[in-house]
Amino acid sequence: MSTVAVAKKASPLDALQRWLPKLVVAPSMLLILVGFYGYILWTFILSFTNSSFMPSYKWVGVQQYVRLLDNDRWWVASKNLVLFGGLFIGISLVIGVFFAVLLDQRIRKEGFIRTVYLYPMALSMIVTGTAWKWLLNPGLGLDKMLRDWGWEGFRLDWLVDQERVVYCLVIAAVWQASGFVMAMFLAGLRGVDQSIIRAAQVDGASLPTIYLRIVLPSLRPVFFSAFMILAHISIKSFDLVAAMTAGGPGYSSDLPAMFMYNFTFSRGQMGIGSASAMLMLGAILTILVPYLYSELRNKRHD
Amino acid sequence: MTDSIAMTPVARPFAKSSFSFSRIAIYVTLFGAAAVYLIPLVVMLLTSFKTPDDIRTGNLLSWPQAVDAIGWIKAWDIVGGYFWNSVKITVPAVLISTVIGALNGYVLSMWRFRGSQLFFGLLLFGCFLPFQTVLLPASFTLGKLGLANTTTGLVLIHVVYGMAFTTLFFRNFYVAIPDALVKAARLDGAGFFTIFGRILLPMSVPIIMVCLIWQFTQIWNDFLFGVVFASGDAQPITVALNNLVNTSTGAKEYNVDMAAAMIAGLPTLLVYIVAGKYFLRGLTAGAVKG
Repeated sequence: MSTVAVAKKASPLDALQRWLPKLVVAPSMLLILVGFYGYILWTFILSFTNSSFMPSYKWVGVQQYVRLLDNDRWWVASKNLVLFGGLFIGISLVIGVFFAVLLDQRIRKEGFIRTVYLYPMALSMIVTGTAWKWLLNPGLGLDKMLRDWGWEGFRLDWLVDQERVVYCLVIAAVWQASGFVMAMFLAGLRGVDQSIIRAAQVDGASLPTIYLRIVLPSLRPVFFSAFMILAHISIKSFDLVAAMTAGGPGYSSDLPAMFMYNFTFSRGQMGIGSASAMLMLGAILTILVPYLYSELRNKRHD
Repeated sequence: MTDSIAMTPVARPFAKSSFSFSRIAIYVTLFGAAAVYLIPLVVMLLTSFKTPDDIRTGNLLSWPQAVDAIGWIKAWDIVGGYFWNSVKITVPAVLISTVIGALNGYVLSMWRFRGSQLFFGLLLFGCFLPFQTVLLPASFTLGKLGLANTTTGLVLIHVVYGMAFTTLFFRNFYVAIPDALVKAARLDGAGFFTIFGRILLPMSVPIIMVCLIWQFTQIWNDFLFGVVFASGDAQPITVALNNLVNTSTGAKEYNVDMAAAMIAGLPTLLVYIVAGKYFLRGLTAGAVKG
């Protein structure tokens, strides 16, 4: 710091002024270092111990990771995450883009429609899960309603069907997040340069072509951000599973976050639980690092 | 909900406002979808005012035979106390984390020092961390502090793990303000807090709103921290709701379940309706760079 030398004759008050900014952030810095990075390290260490109901620091090497990868339930949870995440991200993006484009056509009552599409995002996943658990209730929910309305052969019992229960999670999650994707893309569409579109029109391009070939490709950063957020939501998804299925029937709708909670806090297998948390961190890092890298590189050009 | 983040409609050259088949199709699609989005809320409300018999004989969207508030009364009996727990957790945690975020953001934008960029990077990373990686050590710590299963413990947890986002909000907001303003004030002899209080704070109202609403929604809706750190008497309403819905003892009273879900959802829903533009800005500011 070169300015320090100049202010050699500073009074104690000036010295305080100079240190004040650092003093103000110091507690936060400490909390971040301990509460985030220190604790991650701690969990990392626990994942190499034989901790069960209580933490223990007896080193067992990668044994917990081996047990984790041998565990059928972990594989079910991981496969479910791929299925759930893939469908959730894909469907939310398609729905979000579709409605954003439609809403961008000078629609009356646009504000109202936008508000309706986005309100589920304000709700807790527990509330969402509770509502959809009821809607998808076999026997009393949509199942019964559509039969009452005259569709005699209608059956909807996915919630108790091991093969299909994950789709129930997807439906609820899409309901919650697709309006948000729509809002992101709508904001992006409003920033598209009008003269490009007009020029394409003069050239005789049709409206769908203009959107598919020119407008949407220019929104690549929005796709990227939306993907990041949705992927992040799916890896962390815990409350939705807890409220809707509690992982069941059996453990057919388990997700890694649910697995981690179950093994760590209900079954007293902290070692395996910690190992699963570390693998979740790994999953987040593999999508996060490229994202942050490109973000920071762009920022440097500002 | 008109907003400055370019959400106001602009004239589309190709969107003729005359009636045509495609215009009608667009309107039908948009309003149809709006109805679909509303169905779960409508169903929750309808079910919460029905009697158990009515629920069995009618269907999701049938009108209640007689509007019955017993579901709401029973639900409040069960989750009402936990509703106040959530208030006791959310209000202090939101306020404290916002103040800390404002100060951190101020330093990280206007008073950079060696290492402040690194600190910001570490914080930014914190926005994305899966909390599963910190749950165990955090619960050991709360136990040591004697704060396990208390609302105070949850306030502490929410402040620490909410700090990343609140700092990010304010830092990104202040970075956009020309620092000539602050430099001039510094030359005039204004100190750290004077500059903050006199110059920056008065122009921070929008970002304070964004931050308050974001934190309120996050903390009120939290389930993971609640279920891990505060089971029992101190649990927040989300945990109480989940316990109510997923208990298998006795006959299921869906009207009570739905009323309890509405009670848990109403505060954030109201905030969204009243201050939707700040809510949306918070959602996007957190992820798309601010």
